[in-house]
Amino acid sequence: MTLMLKGGRVVDPTRGHDDVADVRLDGERIVEVGPDLADQAGDEVVDCAGLWVLPGLVDLHTHLREPGFEDAEDIATGSAAAAAGGYTAVAPMANTLPVCDTAAVAELVERRGRDVGLVDVRPVGAITVGLAGQRLAEMGELYDSHARVDFFSDDGIPVTDTLIMRRALQYAARFDAVVANHSQDMDLTEDAQMNEGRMSAVLGLPGWPHEAEEVMIARDLLLAAGLGARLHVPHVSTAGSVELIRLAKQRGVRVTAEVTPHHLHLDDTVVATYDPVYKVNPPVRTRDDVLALRAALADGTIDAVATDHAPHPHEQKDQEWDHAPCGMLGLETALAVVVTDLVEPGDLPLLDAVAAFTTRPAGVRDMGGHGGPIAPDAPANLVVVDPDARWTVDGRALHSRAHNTPFHGETLTSRPVHTLLRGRFTLRDGVVADPKVPA
Amino acid sequence: MKATRLISIDDLDAEDLALVLDTAEVMDEISARRIKKVPTLRGRTVCNLFLEDSTRTRLSFDIAAKRLSADVMNFSAKGSSVSKGESFKDTALTLDAMGVDTVVVRSGSSGAPLQLSQYLDVPILNAGDGWHQHPTQALLDLYTMRSHFGHLAGLTVTICGDIIHSRVARSEIEALTLAGATVRLVAPDTLLPTDLSAWTDGGNVEVITDLDDALGDSDVLYLLRVQRERMHRAFFPSTREYHRLYGMDARRLAALPDHAIVMHPGPMNRGVEITPDVADSPRALITDQVNNGIAVRMACLYLLIAGSEVDA
Amino acid sequence: MSRLLDADDIRRALRRLAHELVEANHGADGLVLMGIQTRGVPLARRLAANIGEIEDVEVPVGPLDVTLYRDDVASRPPRALADTRFPVDVDGTTVVIVDDVLFTGRTIRAAMDAILDVGRPDAIRLVTLVDRGHRELPIRADHVGKNLPTALAERISVRLAEIDDVDEVVLEAVPTHDPAPAGESGARA
Repeated sequence: MTLMLKGGRVVDPTRGHDDVADVRLDGERIVEVGPDLADQAGDEVVDCAGLWVLPGLVDLHTHLREPGFEDAEDIATGSAAAAAGGYTAVAPMANTLPVCDTAAVAELVERRGRDVGLVDVRPVGAITVGLAGQRLAEMGELYDSHARVDFFSDDGIPVTDTLIMRRALQYAARFDAVVANHSQDMDLTEDAQMNEGRMSAVLGLPGWPHEAEEVMIARDLLLAAGLGARLHVPHVSTAGSVELIRLAKQRGVRVTAEVTPHHLHLDDTVVATYDPVYKVNPPVRTRDDVLALRAALADGTIDAVATDHAPHPHEQKDQEWDHAPCGMLGLETALAVVVTDLVEPGDLPLLDAVAAFTTRPAGVRDMGGHGGPIAPDAPANLVVVDPDARWTVDGRALHSRAHNTPFHGETLTSRPVHTLLRGRFTLRDGVVADPKVPA
Repeated sequence: MKATRLISIDDLDAEDLALVLDTAEVMDEISARRIKKVPTLRGRTVCNLFLEDSTRTRLSFDIAAKRLSADVMNFSAKGSSVSKGESFKDTALTLDAMGVDTVVVRSGSSGAPLQLSQYLDVPILNAGDGWHQHPTQALLDLYTMRSHFGHLAGLTVTICGDIIHSRVARSEIEALTLAGATVRLVAPDTLLPTDLSAWTDGGNVEVITDLDDALGDSDVLYLLRVQRERMHRAFFPSTREYHRLYGMDARRLAALPDHAIVMHPGPMNRGVEITPDVADSPRALITDQVNNGIAVRMACLYLLIAGSEVDA
Repeated sequence: MSRLLDADDIRRALRRLAHELVEANHGADGLVLMGIQTRGVPLARRLAANIGEIEDVEVPVGPLDVTLYRDDVASRPPRALADTRFPVDVDGTTVVIVDDVLFTGRTIRAAMDAILDVGRPDAIRLVTLVDRGHRELPIRADHVGKNLPTALAERISVRLAEIDDVDEVVLEAVPTHDPAPAGESGARA
């Protein structure tokens, strides 16, 4: 049986296509794309007039918390949030319990994702055993596993030992795998609680200087340049980091970079509330940094928008700022934040915005064929978005088990209506499908 | 008073600030009586929620509440709310259920009183939070200065020492500028926030590198406590060098104008930021500050609780 | 609005009150006049001056603010506290509370508590320029300038030259929900 997505604005960055077209699916695949396709007998027609039809979104940086921290999120709830946010592929970070530093854990996470069936789960492997920064994880085994891990990160823990970092880059080069290092100089951020600047001076919170991010990025860029290895910079948060990455790209360093929706939207004035929902690593920065990040996303210096979706149970966030953990939800609001902040005001063409959520992150690592194109024979991973939907974010109404969204109460523009994973609706008319295999 | 809480000096405008100081004068008179007690807050319960050790401040609030005839409930626990096995909200709800009329909160965490105020309808009085604010300390200091000089507007107050780690400094800077005084900050750069624009933008706060340059026309020299442990994290090389560059000694005391006074929020590190002869000199008003703390805290409690049942 | 007493009436009433006080006290010895803030204060000073003329002595006089002794602290917006100053040690004296309008009696109750907190006078007396009735406590004045029976919905305003540039006592109807300004004793408080 076939499915026709009729009359939507089809935006496909792989082909530079942005025009009204019909898309016909047959089973798991797209079979036909073009204007005014003739209806076929037995077609199920979904009216997409006035809606955007995009490749399914791809997230390079997610925390699904399973195994080990299911009080915050599990693969089923996280997958539901992903489907609701228009994602068809996500890359959960390795900071689970046990850590994703062995093929067994990576395969468990990947398989659990397949069982749930709402989003493809492409695990990130740890760089070092136990995220301890000492011994390299068995990257080869992770790479060769069924989970096909080609992207390594110790997540929120930087590889501080320069030699270990260099060896990780060297070793990963064998598989042309990507190493993503959390860019934080731990000495410069001793006790740090928020961006260092005018606000931290007033609020009496220990400052987190922008240089703490930049010195680490500079080091890693030098190492990657010297080795010809692939480096990915997660959640870039400062104008200075943008400059370093821009320069490195000009010099041909094999570097990619991501930015989160919250760093594109929030500045450190929100910390005046001392509401730990705004506590995140790296911290939200100044308005100047926000503007530099937006410009960098627009000019391609930053490749992708990644959520760093980080659920935390309410009781963990509901304590004093300095005791609360870092992290915020992101999957269900990411596209809407970028549309509201950048696309709607005309600062970023829709085609580029979509690329930052699809083709560009899919180009950073193997995301299992996600991220486009919208073309015959391609897998039918798609999201249909209502660009005019105005909705007010309610943390409790999101699909994640936790509620820690910094956008609670904000009104955003655009919202996914349907998400299709290999031709199957994971989100239909705004309702997430049931998991294939319940928890 | 317009303010319904005292979490930060920000909660006050110039009129409120003057009202607190004026009220403290009356409270001071009560403290001088044989029977140091008025029935004003009879039947009211003040909860001292101290999540960080501070015997001095707690005692001062305790006495202040008792001189106003309030019942005092002391709730002391160290560490975060959650480390006590209770969420922040639960702590607040517990206090609410006990029917307290105001909460005096002290915490090692900046922002904790503001967070608590989200859950409680009663006035919150900040007795010091992290590096953020210690408003009653600033108010008692301003009261001390006003008692001595008769006015605050136009005074030049030099604050010297560990500013970045100091909740006292933050409250002091804001309260003094609100009252029309000029503030100067003297500290090694390592002990100053990197961005002071929030204070210096107003034009009444400036940074002076050399303490000796600030002495000649200061009306008040306000010294901050410097913790010896700071030198282990390279904030300064040694207490000896700190004392040489930023310590108040007899020579520097002599360089102050004759009318100038020396203040310190305590506890003092004698021999580091202040020498014993300066600390014990008649120009150091340090014990006045402690005494005035009670009257100022009485004023704050009275002004926040009185009228708390008036529908705005 | 109608004027109940003019400047001459007030002057004569105070003169008489001074005589009554001296007579009741067998002279001015041991008298301490405490004027209740705000308008009791100038009244007490005038009374003291009158007694001084009669007896050729200086009578100690001071202001008394009873705010901290009121029984309705939480339900009234906090105001700046005014001075309280006992001119002498009150032990063994006769403290005379001087107020402009005697109404519910609650202010006087507060004033007695305030006085007893600082010492043990031999006696406390009460002098008021106007008694408008409607007592809520078993309190009566020893000496009254003028009894002015009123309805609760009315307001008696005493105006004194030291504060209001004019000496007069006027009667007004109370507009509903109009908070009583200082010096007006209409609201039941």
